[in-house]
This record gives sequence, C-alpha cells and structure tokens, in this order.
Amino acid sequence: MSGIKIKSEKVIELVMLLCSLVSVITTLGIILVLSIDTFKFFQEVSLFDFLTDTQWTPLFEDKHFGILSLLSGTLLTTTIAVIIAVPVGITIAVYLNEYASKKFTYVVKPLLEILAAIPTVIYGFFALQFVTPLLQKFIPGLSGFNALSPGIVMGVMIIPYITSLSEDALRAVPKSLREASYGLGANRFQTAFSVLVPAANSGIIVSVILAISRALGETMIVAIAAGQEPKLTFNPLESVETITTYIVQVSMGDVPQDSMEYRTIFAAGITLFMFTFLLNNISFWIRKKYEQRYE
Amino acid sequence: MVQKNDSLAKLQYGMYKLKAKDLNLYYGKKQALKDVTINITANTVTAFIGPSGCGKSTFLRCFNRMNDLIPDVTIKGEVMIDDIDIYKNIIDVYAYRKQIGMVFQKPNPFPKSIFENVAFGLRINGEKSKSVLEETVEYALKQAALWDEVKDNLQKSAMALSGGQQQRLCIARAIAVQPSVLLMDEPASALDPISTAKIEELIYELKSKFTIVIVTHNMQQAARISDKTAFFYLGELIEYDNTDKIFTNPAKNATQNYITGRFG
Amino acid sequence: MNKELISANVKDKVFKVFAITCTGMALLTLLILIIDILIKGLSRINWSFFVNLPSRHPEQSGIYTALAGMVSLLFITLIIALPIGILSGIYLQEYGNRNRLAKFIEINISNLAGVPSVIYGILGLELFVRMAGFGNSILSGALTLALLIMPVIIVSTREAIKAVPDTMREAAFGLGATKLQTIWRVVLPASFGGILTGVILSISRAIGETAPLIVVGALAYVPFIPEGPMDQYTSLPIQIFNWTSRPQQGFIDNAAAGIIVLLVFTFLLNGIAVVLRNRWYRKTTA
Repeated sequence: MSGIKIKSEKVIELVMLLCSLVSVITTLGIILVLSIDTFKFFQEVSLFDFLTDTQWTPLFEDKHFGILSLLSGTLLTTTIAVIIAVPVGITIAVYLNEYASKKFTYVVKPLLEILAAIPTVIYGFFALQFVTPLLQKFIPGLSGFNALSPGIVMGVMIIPYITSLSEDALRAVPKSLREASYGLGANRFQTAFSVLVPAANSGIIVSVILAISRALGETMIVAIAAGQEPKLTFNPLESVETITTYIVQVSMGDVPQDSMEYRTIFAAGITLFMFTFLLNNISFWIRKKYEQRYE
Repeated sequence: MVQKNDSLAKLQYGMYKLKAKDLNLYYGKKQALKDVTINITANTVTAFIGPSGCGKSTFLRCFNRMNDLIPDVTIKGEVMIDDIDIYKNIIDVYAYRKQIGMVFQKPNPFPKSIFENVAFGLRINGEKSKSVLEETVEYALKQAALWDEVKDNLQKSAMALSGGQQQRLCIARAIAVQPSVLLMDEPASALDPISTAKIEELIYELKSKFTIVIVTHNMQQAARISDKTAFFYLGELIEYDNTDKIFTNPAKNATQNYITGRFG
Repeated sequence: MNKELISANVKDKVFKVFAITCTGMALLTLLILIIDILIKGLSRINWSFFVNLPSRHPEQSGIYTALAGMVSLLFITLIIALPIGILSGIYLQEYGNRNRLAKFIEINISNLAGVPSVIYGILGLELFVRMAGFGNSILSGALTLALLIMPVIIVSTREAIKAVPDTMREAAFGLGATKLQTIWRVVLPASFGGILTGVILSISRAIGETAPLIVVGALAYVPFIPEGPMDQYTSLPIQIFNWTSRPQQGFIDNAAAGIIVLLVFTFLLNGIAVVLRNRWYRKTTA
C-alpha cells in the first residue's frame, strides 16, 4: 500500500518537474527562434552594415539595415523615462520610508502601484492625445509624433517599479544603523542619504536596472506616440522609431513569411533581447551577491 | 589648578551631569516607566540593572531622546543635562544628540570603511578638513583601544572586523564627536568573554573623560565596572546607590532577590 | 547651532517639500489621465457601445467582438497557464530547494519575467502561428499570453507557499502524512489566498497586453464573434490601439470609451487583489 503511495507521489513529482521545465523551454525557445531567423538574416546582411549603417529602411525599395537608427530611438525614449523616474522614484521611496506617517504610506503606495498596473495602450493614448498637445503649447516646434512625450509618460509608468523595490531595500536596512546615525546627532536627511541609501544601494541599483529594462522593452506607448520614422537622432522633439515599434509595425503589415522583411523583426528582436537579458542578469547577480549582507 | 576649576564647574552645575525627575513614559497606553527620579554624577560609571522588560533600556534612551523615533510615545516629567531640561528646552534634538554618545547592544557599524565610520559624526557636522578628520579618527580609535589593530587598514570595510572590534569601532565613532556623556545599551551582550573584558577595561579608562551610563543584564559586569548601580523593576527605579552597597547590602528586598538570582 | 547644522536642517525641509511634490505629481498624473479619458470617452458609453460590431462609422462602432475575443482569449490562457504555473511554483518551493536544476529554473524565471512582452509575441509567431500551424487564431494568442503570465503565477505561488510556517508542515508530517498529502491538505489551503491574489494580478496583466497579440496576428477588424479556439479574433486593447491611430475625432472618442471599460476591469481586478492580500496577510500573521 505505502509502496504504491510512494510510487504515485514520485509520478506527481515528475509531472510538477515537467511543468517547471516549461519555463526553461520558453527561454530556450526564445533564444532559438530569435537566433535561427537572425542567422538567416545575417546571410544576406553583413554584421558590419547592421552595426554601422545609419539608415534602417527594410520596407523600402532602397534597403538599408542599420540597427543604430532603431537603437537610438529606443535609447532616447528610455533615457527620457529614466531621467524622470529615477530621481522621483528614489525620492518617493526615501520619503515613504523615513518621513511619511504609516497612514500616508498605507494610502499612497497602492495608489502609486496603480500606475504600474494600467495597460500600456492606455498610456499610449494619454501620451498622444493629452501630453503631446500639452507640450506643443510650450514647445512650438514639437512634432505630433516625438520622443519626448512617450518618454515622459513611460517615466511616470516606471516610477512605481523604482519606488517599490527601493523602498523594500531601504526597509531591509537594519534598525540598528538608523539608531546609530540618529544617536550621533544626524537628522533625518543625513540619516537617509548618508546611511540608509548607501546601505541599500544594491537594492536601489537593482530597481533602476529593472526599470531601464522595462523601458527598453516597452512597446505600445512608443508605438502610438513616438512615430515610425527610424532615424539616428538624439533630438527628443523629433519623431523616432524604437525597436519595439518596428516589430509591431511589421507585424501589422502584410509581410510575406521567409522574406527579408520578415527576418528583420528577428534581428531587431534579438538586439532588444540581448540588452534586457544582460540587464536582468546583472540585477539578478547583484541581488544574489548582496542578499546575505545583513544576516 | 585645573583640578580645582573642574570641581568648581561641577559645583556650579549642581554636581550632577544627568538628572531625571518624576519621569513617566508610555507606549501608547501602556506605562513603561513610573515616576523615575535619579541624579547621575559627572565622570562616573552608572549601571542600570534589572530583569528584561523592566524599563532600563527605555530609560537610557530618554537621555538622548532616541524614544522620539518610536511613534506613540508619551513622556511626562523632566530629564535634565547640566540642569537643562532636554524635552522642554532643547530645540534642536539632532544637535543635542551630538553631545551624547550612544553605543548599542549589537555592534552596528555602517557599511563603510573604518575611517568613514569614525568620521561620520564629523562629516555630518560639515567638517571637511582632511587633517582634522585624520587626527580625530586616530584620537578616537586610540581612545577606543582599536588603533593598533586597524591603523594599517583604515580603508577596509568595517563589516570585515570581528564582533569585538566592531563594537570598539562603534565606541570610537561615538566619542569622535566629543560628547560629554556615553550611553551604553548592553554593549557587551553580543561579544565573547575576551572582547567583553576589553570593552570593560575601556569603559573604566573612558570614565575620566565621560559620564558613562551602562545598561547591563550581567550583574558581575555591573559590579566590576560601575561606581553606582540603579535597580529597575517593572518600570520603577527600586534602588539606586553605590555599587558596593547594592551588591553587598541592598536596602530593598526586591533588589536582594534579583542580585541573588531569585528572579529575572 | 553651527552653519552646517542649519544647512542640514534646511536640506531636510527642502527634501520634504520636494518629495511631497514628487509624490503629488505622480498621483496627479494618474488623476489627470483618468479625468482626461472620462472627458473624452464618457459620452460614448452607452448600451449600443457594448453590443455593436465594429464599423466604419465611429458612432455606430462597438466593442462587442473585442469583449467576446478578450473573454475567450483569457479563458483559454488561464486553462493553460494556471495548472502549469501553480504546479511549477509548488515544485520549486517544496521540492526544488536543494538541487541545482531548481536554481537554474529560478534564474530562468527571473529572466523570463524581464523579457519584453513583444519578444513573447515573436516567439508565439514562430512557434504557434507558423510551426504549429495554428495561424492567427485565439489559440495562438492564448498560448503566447500563457507563456507571458506564467512567471507571475509561479513567483506569486512560491511566495504564498513560502509564507506558510514550517510548524504546519511539521505537524502534518508528525501525523504521518506524506509530502504530497502535506502539500495538498495543509500547505495549499493555507496559501490559497496568496495564490489567488497572484492569479488575479496575472489576469490583470493578461487583459492589458497588446503588443504580443498584434505580433501573433490579432486582427483590428473582426465583424463576428469567435466560436472556437481556431477562430480569428480581436481584443479590447487591440481595438483601442486601432481606434487611437485613426485621424477622425469620433474614433478617438471611441478609443477613450474603450479605455474606460479596460480601466474598470484593471481597477476592479487590482482592487480585489489588494483586498484579498490584506485579508490573507491578516489571517496568516494572526
């Protein structure tokens, strides 16, 4: 009887293991799928052209495959988002942790988290239909599609990512360090920025890295509000195209399978994937390395 | 001559460095300290003893207003340093805390270098001169009897020191801002016997420069290092007298029971 | 008081003001977003908006097919993702703590959680739409979304299980229960609230996803209700995206109205999750 019991337990354990392997297969699948078509892509386009050509025009007669023009759009919108979200996100985290009353934190935190829960297509609409017209009142030369407006909106969207993870890191700093600092006569500001933030820096860095990764891969906001003009520029007032937008743009058109145009989305996709994969692994590594610091 | 001026100063301060009068403290509605009155002489070591939860640490934290950090604390009564009421007449609690050094139960160095730990108090005071910082760090580490062990590794992370070294570093950090009072909350409870002996020796030497108040659950330690001992029980100060007297011939039964190990 | 101290106190005050401003601005943005969308879309919200098919005329267009597509899509997604995600979470937390494979899987999941959703779209396009031959069907979309939300389910299952105190497990073992019995009868009931919270949050994530569905071929214009998993479909966010990129004001208003509906779903799901989380935490910590 107990032998059967143990045997059936082993079977179920195996089933669960197989379920867990789905995630491994997914990762492998992503890497394989991206690599195979990218490989085919590079049989026709040289890596050198891909990395140095300043034009990206696979859908036109005169084809160029310079990823830089998509990359610059991606980096530009991400940079704008990060410039807004990092200082604001960390400031709010410090405030909630060291200044605000419990009640205030209890109310404000879930409200902020709503910002991260809103579907991004809604943010795209907001950027195009509200933020851009508003900005145009102050910046006369701003085109209808531009990097600035979706960048700002994306920045607001990633604030809760930074705040929430940074606050966790700040809260994990042992109480004894706070007391030591106050005991030496440091005020709240000095305690927060000379002791707590440095002590929590690994967690704060992780939050920033993850937010950057999130912004790099964000699709709908930029697809709706940044435009579809791949160009190598760092002018936030112009329209740009990000890697993600390009993938959406090609998917919506009638592109024949196994064509060069079709393969471009894999080459663009793998470029994006490599960036986010790298950032995620760095943050994972930092987290593991510093996890045990205060135990 | 200097000696005479010192004692004159003491007379002018009314002899006592720290005083508390009819002090009552509540955590929310729960009373943690009841009508505590005490006078602590300058340049002595005073030990607070008593079973855990008796209020001795809470009381210690009244002297540098660390209890302000806990929400829902109400304090009634007077706490005075040099005859100044620190709850009524101290406007800037942060500046006030600089006059009072505090050493905690567990060593709590900042995750910075040894040097930066000791220099922290000066830096938040705006001290930028490198030579002043270096001199003070050396002075404080020497005072804390740690200098010889770390002088070649000042840039090393403080987290790499042993527990006993970390605690002496915390003492150095506290005295680097030149306080007049040192509050110690069970400073040796997390340490091995050898490190404890070093800390005790240190406390004895520091007495000449600071007024030291130490909370301890170790009665032998209180007997070894303190001049006066205060026994707390259930939030009340039961007895306060010369250490010799407390340990050989206490006036109250509760004290007698505690030091002979009948409870606590 | 010396100069530095005064300046430290000034910094303290300035920071406080700055921080309150930051918090206020972030919340204000949320408020403005909601108000702006209400102003633009509320007038379009009426019964016919919910039951009309899409149309060339904005005032006759509705979200009937989009809602139907969204519900079918969600249903199939959950059928696939829930068992796999929850079983995998149980395995990693209760069985896998010791071995190297589990550690590898853990790194994998943390990586998957960070992969941009549009990349999942590319995976689905190649794997389900083309290689498996499912085409632009609901099934392709649901499989893609299932892979996308699985990390969320796995991670929240693990955390819910982790919160169950070991004393409970020991009590069950002490009574002679096997490991599986302990998990099934003690651990899972005790962590049910936490797992459910994670599931609801993953649903909220799934209904808002747009980009991967575009890549796996959700259509902008579907004048019929899908009847089986192999049918073509559209979904509410896709419909919103489509209307947003039209030049006519009428369609912009439709987009805003669609957004109101989508926001109501999102807020409702997140609200339920917050309430559940609070209740469940109170129960486990009491």
